[in-house]
Amino acid sequence: MTTTEQAAHAEHGHEHAHAHEDLGFLQTYVFSVDHKVIGIQYAVTGLLFLLFGFGLMMVMRWQLAYPFQPIPIIGGLLGDTRAPGGIMLPEFYNQLGAMHGTIMVFLGVVPLAVGGFGNFVLPLQIGAPDMAFPKLNMASYWSFFLGGVVMLASFVVPGGAANSGWTSYAPLSVIATTGQTMWLVGMIFLITSSLLGSVNFIVTTVQLRAPGLSFFRLPFFVWAQLVTSFLLLLAFPPLEAAGVLQLMDRVAGTSFFMPSGLVVGDAALEISGGGSPLLWQHLFWFLAHPEVYVLILPAMGIVGEILANNTRKPIWGYRVLVASVIFLGFMSFVVWAHHMFMTGMGTTMSSFFQTTTMIISIPSVVILSAFLLSLYGGSIRYTVPMLFALAFLPMFAIGGLTGLPLGLAAPDIHLHDTYYVIGHFHYVVAPGTVLALLGGIYYWFPKATGRKMNDLLGRIHFWGSFVTINIVFFPMLIQGLSGMNRRMADGGLEYTMNQDVLVWNTVISWGAWGLALFQLPFIFNFFWSIKKGEEVGANPWNATTLEWSAPSPPPHGNFTTPPSVHRGPYEYNVPGVEADFVMQAEADGSQAEPAKA
Amino acid sequence: MGDWLGLPVQASAHAGEIDQMIILIHYLMFILFIGWGIYFVWVLIRFRASANPRADYTGVTSHTSSYLEIAVAAIEAVLLIGFAIPAWANRVNEFPPEDESTVVHMIARQFEWHAHYPGADGRFGRRDISHITPTNVVGLDRSDPAAADDVVSINRMNLPVDKPAILYLSTQDVIHSLGIAEMRVKQDVIPGMEIPMWFIPTRAGDYQINCSQLCGLGHYRMKAEVTIQSQAEFDAWLAEELALSQ
Repeated sequence: MTTTEQAAHAEHGHEHAHAHEDLGFLQTYVFSVDHKVIGIQYAVTGLLFLLFGFGLMMVMRWQLAYPFQPIPIIGGLLGDTRAPGGIMLPEFYNQLGAMHGTIMVFLGVVPLAVGGFGNFVLPLQIGAPDMAFPKLNMASYWSFFLGGVVMLASFVVPGGAANSGWTSYAPLSVIATTGQTMWLVGMIFLITSSLLGSVNFIVTTVQLRAPGLSFFRLPFFVWAQLVTSFLLLLAFPPLEAAGVLQLMDRVAGTSFFMPSGLVVGDAALEISGGGSPLLWQHLFWFLAHPEVYVLILPAMGIVGEILANNTRKPIWGYRVLVASVIFLGFMSFVVWAHHMFMTGMGTTMSSFFQTTTMIISIPSVVILSAFLLSLYGGSIRYTVPMLFALAFLPMFAIGGLTGLPLGLAAPDIHLHDTYYVIGHFHYVVAPGTVLALLGGIYYWFPKATGRKMNDLLGRIHFWGSFVTINIVFFPMLIQGLSGMNRRMADGGLEYTMNQDVLVWNTVISWGAWGLALFQLPFIFNFFWSIKKGEEVGANPWNATTLEWSAPSPPPHGNFTTPPSVHRGPYEYNVPGVEADFVMQAEADGSQAEPAKA
Repeated sequence: MGDWLGLPVQASAHAGEIDQMIILIHYLMFILFIGWGIYFVWVLIRFRASANPRADYTGVTSHTSSYLEIAVAAIEAVLLIGFAIPAWANRVNEFPPEDESTVVHMIARQFEWHAHYPGADGRFGRRDISHITPTNVVGLDRSDPAAADDVVSINRMNLPVDKPAILYLSTQDVIHSLGIAEMRVKQDVIPGMEIPMWFIPTRAGDYQINCSQLCGLGHYRMKAEVTIQSQAEFDAWLAEELALSQ
C-alpha cells in the first residue's frame, strides 16, 4: 500500500511541478484559482489577523489591569495621539476594542473557518476537482484581502481606526472620526468576499459531488459548511445595505440612522434628521446573529470529523446532527433582537424573541449530546487534533449554557452589557471555535503539506492554551454577575460597585499574556513542520472520507482518477469487516486493496 | 446561591424576582454541566484505545439523551412562560400611577446625566434645544411658568425610599444606557425617543448610575450618584437644589 501511494505521490508531484512551470509563480501562488492554494491563502491570512487581533487585546489587557500606567515595551512607539508618554488614551482604547472585535470575527475566524477550511477541505471531501467557480473563488480572496488592507490602514488616518465598537451603533458611529468611514468601506469589501465565497460553496456542493455521494453520505463537515454558506448568503446582504446607508450618512449628508434634534457639545447637529438609530441595530443584528452560527458551525463540522476519526466509530446520530444544523440555520434568522432587549422593547416583541432564543438552544443541546454520545463505545486515540476537538465540547457547553440567562429578557436586565456577555460569547468563539479550528489545522496539515506537525509541541500548545484560555474567560463571568460593565477604558476603576471584582482584571490579563506565550510552540511547529515534519502518505490518520484518498498534498485537479463513493462517511469498525476502517471511495468487496489514490 | 454568584445587594422591589431567575438558570446550568462533565470524564477513561481496542460500530442505543433533551426543553419552557415573560411584562407594562410616584426626566449627554425634577407643581417646564447654553445644557425654558420650580441636577439623582420612581429617559446626542446594578434596572436611551422606566427603591443608601452602552471616549466615567433617602430628606434636598438654581 505504502509503495503504491508513494509512487503515485511522486508521479503527481512531477505533474504538479509541470503545472507550476506552465502557469508561472504569480499565477500559481498569488493569483491562483486552485481551491487548495486559495484555501491556504485564506487560512494563513486569517491566522495572521487572529494573531494581530490578539495583539490588540494584549495591549488592552494592560490598560485594564494597570489603568493609565505607561504601557511597557511598545508604549513609546504608539505616538502622542494614542498613548502620550506611553499612557493609553480612552479614545485609543475604544479603537482597540472596536478593531479587536471586527478583526477577530470578520478577518480572523470567518476567513479561517470558511475561507480556509471550507476552500481547502470541502472540494476534496466531495471528490470535486476544484470549486465550481475558480475565478470567483480568487475574486473572493482578493476582496477579503483588500478589506483587510483598508481595515489595517484605518489605524493611521487622523483620529485613528473606528472607535464605536464592532457593532458601530449610530449615531456614535456617524459622528465618529474618519476611521469609521474606512471601517464601512472595509466591511463592504469583506461582505462582498463572503457573498462570492458562499455562492461558490453552495453550487460546488450541489453540483460537483462525486458519483455515489448522496447528500446523506456527505461528511458532517460538508453539511456544516453548506448551512454556513446559506447563512452568509442570506444574512450578509442586509448588513451590506446598512453599511452603504451608514456610509451615506457619514459622507453624503443623509440621515438614515440619525433622528432630528441632536445636540453635540451644546450645538445642534447640522443634519437633515428623521432617521432611526434602531434601524441600524436591527439591520446589524440581522446579520450578526446568524454570524454567530457562521463562526460556530464550521467548528462543529471539524469536531465531527476529528471525533469520528479518533473514536474509530461513526459519529452518533448523523441524521439528527444534520437536521439540527439545518434547523439551527433557519432559527438563527429569527433571534436577532435578543441583542436589543434593553432598547425599549414591549412584551409582545420580547416574548417572541425570548421564545425563539429558547427554541434555538435545543438543537445546540442535541448537537452537543450527539458528540458526547459518539464517544461511548469508541476506541479513543488521544492525538493532538482529538485533544482540541474534545476540549471544544465542555467549552462550547459553557458558552451555550451562559447564553440562557442572557436570552431571557428579565435576567438580561442585570447581565446585559456586562462582562458576563463577554465571557459568554468568547466561550463560544475562542475556547470553542478557535480551539476547534486549531485542531482542524493539526488534522488537515498532513493533507496540505504531506507532513505531520510535531506531536510534543502540539501537546504543549494544547495544554498550555486550554488552561490559560480558561483563566482568561472564566473570571469574566464572575465580574459580569457582580454587574461590571464591558467597554470601559479604565476596566471599571471608576465605579464603587466594581471594586470587589477588579482584582480579576489582573488575573485575566496575565492569563492572556500566558496564552500568547503558549502560541509560540504552535507558530514554530507550523513553519518547522512544513520543511522538517514527519513525511506521511495519503491517509496518515486512517480516515475514511474522500480527501484522504487523494495524495498528500493533492495535485491540481485533486484526484488522478475521479473517485466514486460507495458508502457513508464514517465506516469505522463495521461489524463483519475485519479492517478498522473502510474508505468511502473503496469499491465493495475490495476492502483489502489499497485506496484508489 | 445569590451570594455565591456574587450578585449585588438587592435595593429595589423587583430585584428579588430577577435574581430568582438568574439563580434558577444557574442551578440548571450547573446540574447539566456537572452531569455532562462526569459522563465525559468517565467515557474518556473507559473507552481509551488501550482499554477498548476495537470500537463498537453502533454505540449508544438507549434513549436517555432524548429524555434529557426533552427535560431541558421543558425546563426552559417553564422558565420562559412561568418567570421571564411575566417578569418582563411587569417591567414594561405595569407602570404605577404618576401621581403616586416620583417622576424624573433623565437627560443623557456625552458624558453626563441630568436629572430634571418637576418641583412642587408636578409640571415639567418646557425644554428645547434652542435654549441650550453652556450653563443650561438641558435647554430648560425658564420663561415657561411650569419651569419656575423645576430642579435640574447634574450627575446626581435623589429618590425617596419605598416610593415608585418613574424615569423618562432621553438623550441629546448618542445612545447611552441607564443602569443601576443594585436596583436591577437597565434601559438604553435612544436618540429621538423618550423611553420610560420604573422601579421601587427599597433600601436607603448611595448607589451609582453607570452608562451601559458605549457612548464615546468618556463612556467609562459617565456616572451619576444616586441617593435613596427618606421622603423628608428628599424634600429637603429638592428645596436646597431649587434655592441653588435661583
